[in-house]
Amino acid sequence: MAVGQALVETRALIKSFGPVRAVDGVSFTVGRGEVVGFLGPNGAGKSTTMKMIAGFLEPTSGYAFVAGFDSQRDPISARNRLGYLPEGAPAYPDMTVADFLAFVASMRGLSAQEGQRRLAELVESIDLAEVWNRRIEALSKGYKRRVGIAQALVHDPDVLILDEPTDGLDPNQKHEMRALIRTLAPTKAIIVSTHILEEVEAICTRAIVIARGKLLADGTPADFLAHAPHRDPSVTQLVKTTVLEDAFRHITLEQAGA
Amino acid sequence: MRSLLLIFRREFAAYFATPLAAVFLAVFAAVATGMTFFVSSFFERAQADLSSLFTWQPWLLLVLMPAVGMRLWAEERRLGTIELLMTLPVSPWKFVFAKWLAAFTFAGLALVITMPMWITVNWLGSPDNGVIFASYIGAWLMAGAFLAIASCISALTKNQVLAFIGAVIAGFIFVMAGFDLVLAAVRPWAPDVIVQVIASMSFIGHFQRITDGVFEASALVFFISLIAFALWLNVQILDARKAA
Repeated sequence: MAVGQALVETRALIKSFGPVRAVDGVSFTVGRGEVVGFLGPNGAGKSTTMKMIAGFLEPTSGYAFVAGFDSQRDPISARNRLGYLPEGAPAYPDMTVADFLAFVASMRGLSAQEGQRRLAELVESIDLAEVWNRRIEALSKGYKRRVGIAQALVHDPDVLILDEPTDGLDPNQKHEMRALIRTLAPTKAIIVSTHILEEVEAICTRAIVIARGKLLADGTPADFLAHAPHRDPSVTQLVKTTVLEDAFRHITLEQAGA
Repeated sequence: MRSLLLIFRREFAAYFATPLAAVFLAVFAAVATGMTFFVSSFFERAQADLSSLFTWQPWLLLVLMPAVGMRLWAEERRLGTIELLMTLPVSPWKFVFAKWLAAFTFAGLALVITMPMWITVNWLGSPDNGVIFASYIGAWLMAGAFLAIASCISALTKNQVLAFIGAVIAGFIFVMAGFDLVLAAVRPWAPDVIVQVIASMSFIGHFQRITDGVFEASALVFFISLIAFALWLNVQILDARKAA
């Protein structure tokens, strides 16, 4: 490994789409055991940053490393160590859950037996037994998301990048997904994007705030809360907000010049 | 090698996961035989050969192959599954080749379905089976070329309708390349070499020589190199879209 302990590292990552700079010089590292929450308004550059780490998009400049391997220059080695859940948990609607996961497992280079063993574990831990032989097009949003997670975990990667893993799930499913992420956390480096703020407190060891392509804050959830402006207890709020929300608004709106 | 086979299997099965395959094969068989009997007057010609089937192949394939190939990449883009594929530890050219190969195999199946006509002409008379065999190979390779072009254009968009139209237009240019309609437009200003090159790109020209019984290497080489070039371009397009 080229970068010591860090399992994910980005260095001055920049991505421009035409005149728009979607990601503007983002640098951070994530080590084993960390669960980093990617926070930011819609269109802040969270997904774009994740896509560059996963190697799906090529940075305009800068570098992204997975387990020490450059996502662009050594893509196969990097991808072998990475599990990636793209936004919306895409999967082939015409395949059954079993066929789809078996397909991903063999594409990941697992032998038939290994694949079977691994899938049997995942059915258990991700609770897919009920829909195992159902076509993906017939699945609820919650199950579809779980299939996406299973797909990312098939090869037991060191690094997990999950783009909005709890989006569209009901409260119970959210709870299960967070519990799953927490059990995976000690052995992996995990990046989770979200705009649900409680999620950060619930599962993340660190929060990174991105808005308009720039990294605005990087610290523990406690550091993050310290950004919240002092609230005058005598003023009743028109809209109830949590301290977390105050902190988020403070950081992201300050940059927008509001 | 294993991943090539896996992608091929998934892609080929995908055609049959919906009624698409059955509908397509039925349409192909109906139109191919319909043209043979009604447009080319198979019986009135009173000749035991299949030239009345093959005369129409370039036009039939021009429309039907883009219908098979339009989904190859556009659908992956629309579903978002392209992000899964492109983050698997597999080089993109394997996806491009295996997807094309699945479509090519499917096209082969469509041609096989017209083969009862081959049996029929043997029953009616004694055709030159060598020429018919060569014509089938020629038609299959031409279908492969249409599919490679369609795959390439499919990689540019997430809209399958656009991919279809683009592939038909691109295919049409290749079909028409040998005709005076195209050559007359080029001749006044382009040097002779260019005119010759364009004329030599003609699908119909190459295919006709095969169906006339002149099975020469140049036609084979033409279709195979065109397929190879289009698939290479397909990989480049995928690569370029990563940086876009």
